[in-house]
Amino acid sequence: MGLLKVPGLSGYEKPVRLLIEDAWRPLVDCLSISKLGSLHGYKAGNGNLPRPSILISTHMDAIGLLVTGLTGGYIRFTKIGQVDPRSLPGQGVTIHGRKSVPGVIVMPPARLLPPGYGEKPVEIQYLLIDTGLPHETLENTIRVGDLISFSQQPLQLTDDIIAGHSLDNRASVAALTLCLEELHSHSPVWDVWAVASTQEEEGGVGAYTSGFQLKPDLAIAIDVTFAHSPGTPDTGTFPLGGGVTIGWGASIHPGLTAAFRDLADRLEIPYKLEIIPHRSGTDADGLQMTAEGIPCMLISIPIRYMHTPVEMVNMRDIHRAGRLLAEFIIQLTPNFMEQLVWKD
Amino acid sequence: MRNSAPQLNNEIIGLVESLTNASGISGGEGEVRSIVVSQIKSHVDNHHVDALGNVLALRKGEGKDALRVMLSAHMDEVGGMILDIDQDGFHYFDVIGKVDKRQLIGKSVLVGTDHLPGVIGCKPIHLTKPHEMRQPVEINDLRIDLSPEGSGKAHPGDRISFSTRFTRNGAVMLAKALDDRLGVAILIDLVKHAPENIELLAAFTVQEEIGLRGARVAAYALNPQLAIALDATNANEMPAWDDSENIYYNSKIGHGPVIYVADGATICDPRLVRHAITIAERLGIPYQLRQPGTGGTDAGAIHKSRSGIPSLTISIPIRNIHTPISITHIDDFGNTIWLVKEMLASLDRSLLTSERA
Amino acid sequence: MKSLIKKLVETNSPSGYESAIRAVIKAELINLVDDVQTDALGNLITHKGEKAPDGLRIMVAAHMDEIGVMATHIDDNGFVRFTPIGGFLPHTCYGGRVHFINGTRGVIGREKLQDIEKVPTFDQLFIDVGAESKKDCPLKIGDIAVFERPFTELQNRIVAKALDNRIGVAVVIETLRKLQKTPHEIHFVFTAQEEVGGRGATAAAFGIDPDIALVIDLTGCGDTPKGSHKEVRLGKGPAIAVRDNMMVVDSRIIKWMTKTADKIHLPYQLEILERGWTDGHAIQITRAGVPTGILSTPARYIHSPSEMVDYRDVEKSVILLQNLLSNPIKLDLQ
Repeated sequence: MGLLKVPGLSGYEKPVRLLIEDAWRPLVDCLSISKLGSLHGYKAGNGNLPRPSILISTHMDAIGLLVTGLTGGYIRFTKIGQVDPRSLPGQGVTIHGRKSVPGVIVMPPARLLPPGYGEKPVEIQYLLIDTGLPHETLENTIRVGDLISFSQQPLQLTDDIIAGHSLDNRASVAALTLCLEELHSHSPVWDVWAVASTQEEEGGVGAYTSGFQLKPDLAIAIDVTFAHSPGTPDTGTFPLGGGVTIGWGASIHPGLTAAFRDLADRLEIPYKLEIIPHRSGTDADGLQMTAEGIPCMLISIPIRYMHTPVEMVNMRDIHRAGRLLAEFIIQLTPNFMEQLVWKD
Repeated sequence: MRNSAPQLNNEIIGLVESLTNASGISGGEGEVRSIVVSQIKSHVDNHHVDALGNVLALRKGEGKDALRVMLSAHMDEVGGMILDIDQDGFHYFDVIGKVDKRQLIGKSVLVGTDHLPGVIGCKPIHLTKPHEMRQPVEINDLRIDLSPEGSGKAHPGDRISFSTRFTRNGAVMLAKALDDRLGVAILIDLVKHAPENIELLAAFTVQEEIGLRGARVAAYALNPQLAIALDATNANEMPAWDDSENIYYNSKIGHGPVIYVADGATICDPRLVRHAITIAERLGIPYQLRQPGTGGTDAGAIHKSRSGIPSLTISIPIRNIHTPISITHIDDFGNTIWLVKEMLASLDRSLLTSERA
Repeated sequence: MKSLIKKLVETNSPSGYESAIRAVIKAELINLVDDVQTDALGNLITHKGEKAPDGLRIMVAAHMDEIGVMATHIDDNGFVRFTPIGGFLPHTCYGGRVHFINGTRGVIGREKLQDIEKVPTFDQLFIDVGAESKKDCPLKIGDIAVFERPFTELQNRIVAKALDNRIGVAVVIETLRKLQKTPHEIHFVFTAQEEVGGRGATAAAFGIDPDIALVIDLTGCGDTPKGSHKEVRLGKGPAIAVRDNMMVVDSRIIKWMTKTADKIHLPYQLEILERGWTDGHAIQITRAGVPTGILSTPARYIHSPSEMVDYRDVEKSVILLQNLLSNPIKLDLQ
């Protein structure tokens, strides 16, 4: 829950990164930061050298907003990442200027919008933020490029269910942390790189460059996927709390899909197969194409209402993801890569 | 230098037939990969399959300092993937690669590695209202039907290809996946008869149709000094609806290999373009220039790799690309092999030391 | 610097065919840098300075290509159909003049519009080179041209084609002229093929493997009648980007740039570019990542044949760049 309260927009992940550093420090051998700000946690394996390594990437950035200008006492803004404009009107926000200023996103009435808008959702370029403060005060406190985060506080609806902004992808960060906790009492053969990547919502930049730097033999991306909710299609969505998803498709090595399914069956971890015909839209896409190519897997945690401030997750799925990852790493043998062939 | 097109024997046509009949949708190129590996393995110094499924092979040249040339041809074809099964036993699916949705209705397909036969139908016209006939086709409304007994034998994730079988009618070949099995066949032939002056780095790539993904890692791994992508390009030479001059034909069958100056992904190295044209004109090989515009080939990923790689694309013109039945002319196939072979045989380092443009 | 800008904009070099501008830049730099090379994609790569203990390896990139058009078809009457090279709009084309690399000149005409209220698409435009038939036409598929418009001064402002990005090139050359001492190893790269997607920059950055990078480009303004909501204005100093369409700029780089400007009391503008990109994205994702900043001169009417900058902004961009490169760089700890 603590993770959800802290801002960490794409390109400005430091606040959340510091929290993750604190959580990971006792669980890894060393922490380092990439040139673009991704957090790398290294846990040495106990196998003989040369030891293979596995990289697990979970993006720590979240979508948000950015100030683009001040006009007549109101603030114009743009988005970072694919913010859903339909969730914005009436949304409470905090602008991080010289100091933090509370505000609300307002939707101008029809007469102050271009003609013909009617009742259509209003695009971000026409929305404004109202702080109630006069223009001169704003000019002294806020400037172009200041970050804006959602002030929606996380909600605990039941023991297992929480809702809030940034479950994409803090839920996965939590899962990776749980994985590291479980690994702490084991001694896997392989080296493990836990990566909290930057700027996934803006092109997967962090994971891709971390992959190049660390050159692992295998890579796993953990992200969130679509849980079934009103209006979502019948295919390609998953029950909330029904388990994690294991990926299958062009970005994913089929040998890894088979290995993960086997393992989940044996451990009786509920899961669904997630069919991804082409791009997954996660760190997996970039990692797969790093340098000479890396076999990749994508494990996802279903959440409802993705990219709104009320994303919803069942914590049991977070625990399942963490456990599945940890067990996969623990059972990796030194010659796993030789077995990971294309069975034509 | 030879001064006439190589005679195409039945063996190579047979290879085109088995390659086009094989199912190899982007991400699941296994069947094509098997054919490629069995064809080339005794002709190369080494080969391996990489993390994405590319087949990368090396055929050394004479002398230590032979120019390192990468040739690529993509093994994948456009098609689809089963997503799920609906409550009536019909299968939801999605397309993989750029397939116009209007090409799908009334077609037969093969599903999965077992090649289960299926069809894509639609509501009978008798039961369809006039305003429905004018609605755009949505893939979400289409289904793969494997028949009541077949339903359930296919699984989510199974890949779907058109069921077209190769046929030949004199100089015309009709098949699916001519894009880019023709390129694959040419590359196999080049590997078997590689010119000795170059070090040939053959890349049979994957996932070209969904973003040039295989070529990107292949180029990084092979690190060549120059590259030629062998692909197929559309010949849209049918008459315009009003019989006005067709100025959007892109290329034409029967007019020879298609040399690219620029497409949507690459501005080809002008030195390589000039080299191709010079060779073609010297030997009287018919050739054409592709109309610059959109589209991309493996060269798009290759030329930006590492510190940059001078690249060119040469394609065979085919009609009805990315549809169940494409059409090509045997002479274009033969002339492309001839042009590329002669280009490679006359390549030397001085080409790269001259200024780019 | 004005005569340098004039010389640069009057050189015709569209994406992929930059040899003319490369030669002009080379001649200007010959005594200013330690070495000069051209790479496989046509980037011009130069290098100056040795890395001191408190120095960095910096890549400074200014793209030298300009937008253009490429012939796609010569019809039976000698009219030339074309496709755009780089991202611009068809309605800036009608009535414009073009100049092909092979010397041929032409005028852009259009088909009769069914609906006079609608702007034409590229498919409805063609180039008339004065040929009377196909045989007569000195062009073939693939020939490439740039727009033609003379360099003009309007008080403090300059108008020309290709200010994007010959202004960036001029800023870099002029900075090189003024740069006395630097603790850094600087690679000044005049990149190729930026207008078609930052293709040259990606390769150049891979070869150089810099610690940080700075992209010098042009950016749009929001200060024309019923213009965009952008806060950037002509005459208010160089623009320091917070983000563009393809990337978020590393906040430490922004801080370094703004602090440097504040120290010398140089006015600047923070900018957010919602539609448009630079070489920055391509460089940022190279190898293990390169923190990259973007320093732009504000401009109006970008990607039209009559782009406009305020000369005083150009001068300030030079001052800022010179200061950024002359001193040690202390990026905040991550």
